[in-house]
Amino acid sequence: MAQDLYRRPAPGQHPPHRVDAYKSTPNRSPRKPAVVLPQTLSEITGPLLRGERLGAEENDLTRQRMGPPLGERIVVHGRVLDEDGKPVPDALVEIWQCNAAGRYHHPGDQHYAPLDPNFHGGGRARADSDGAYQFVTIKPGAYPWKNHHNAWRPAHIHFSLFGPAFATRLITQMYFPNDPLLAIDPIYNSVPEAARPRLQAAFDLGATRPEWALAYRFDIVLRGRNATPMEDEHG
Amino acid sequence: MADGLTPSQTIGPFYWGTLVSSCRADLAPAGVAGERIELALTLHDAEGVLISDGLLEIWQANSHGRYNHPEDRRNLPLDPGFEGFGRASTDATGTARFATVRPGPVPWPQGGMQAPHINISVFARGVLNRLATRLYFDGDPALAGDPVLKLVDPARRSTLLAKRDAEGVWRLPIHIGGAHETVFFDS
Repeated sequence: MAQDLYRRPAPGQHPPHRVDAYKSTPNRSPRKPAVVLPQTLSEITGPLLRGERLGAEENDLTRQRMGPPLGERIVVHGRVLDEDGKPVPDALVEIWQCNAAGRYHHPGDQHYAPLDPNFHGGGRARADSDGAYQFVTIKPGAYPWKNHHNAWRPAHIHFSLFGPAFATRLITQMYFPNDPLLAIDPIYNSVPEAARPRLQAAFDLGATRPEWALAYRFDIVLRGRNATPMEDEHG
Repeated sequence: MADGLTPSQTIGPFYWGTLVSSCRADLAPAGVAGERIELALTLHDAEGVLISDGLLEIWQANSHGRYNHPEDRRNLPLDPGFEGFGRASTDATGTARFATVRPGPVPWPQGGMQAPHINISVFARGVLNRLATRLYFDGDPALAGDPVLKLVDPARRSTLLAKRDAEGVWRLPIHIGGAHETVFFDS
């Protein structure tokens, strides 16, 4: 039997598909268990997007429009790692977020808060050989949503990563430390309790740029490889 | 902090305009070898309602069955200009469309080949974890021997089979729940 290249996630790391407190999930979650598949070439390969050439302003969301956006400028940086702490080099990191007033540059967002013509809210960065990535952006605002009475999303930045394979694809959200809205957010709390802190960035005084911007650190951990590489197997 | 995986979260409804600005629904520019095909993938929720704020991604081998990835070390041709990755959001009819080439077969780890297929990732508001499924081609003689389909309840295999419509478009409905729930894979 060939061994899977990527370890299967231990229980308790990801949210379940259905979380009744998050009201979009009951009608958008599979009822039947997933069919367990051995990892084949289809799963251990995946888009690396190495041909994507990123513009210089793509990881600086404050320099993409005519002028600087309103809001608190911040640096968001970290490393893309696997479960063994090894860097995932050259990983493409995509982010998107609302503006400082809590509104997305998106026709579907009708929250009564101003759009900022100087903030689009999308960015991309390529991790370096050590898995390190960095964005400059503004701190997103909290915003109300219709999930339940007086529901508010805590400030968050959406992250999308491919990692090295189809099996490592991840979309997640980064939250800010000590946000009182985390306690009442059904999306954040969909994650098993012990794993929730991994969705919070850490305030990073050392990376703060004096006279310019505060910094937050958010490391992203993708699935690790099994100890025995497939190519060492015989039979 | 790296003492566990970063948990998954929903893509939410407002990725459009940022993520999709780098979308690629046409995977195969002129010169790429293989049979040109069009795909129309339609997302439904558990009650059959069309999901118009979803994002679908596809990943596939080229017409020779070769993945454009360093883990595929087989001596088969790579097509310059064909990465094998596509991304498109669903429209008001719940449908995401792709133009690509029909993939070739890829090997099964225990020997033999898998029937040609396209790997699909499903994201949407209310979907907390990426849902992975596959598209196979209805009528393909290789389906009968496919080792992945053999893992699937025979009554549910049809949820993975795209059918060619009168215009020649390969259509696959994807149901997240409901009586026709699509088979999703955990790998």
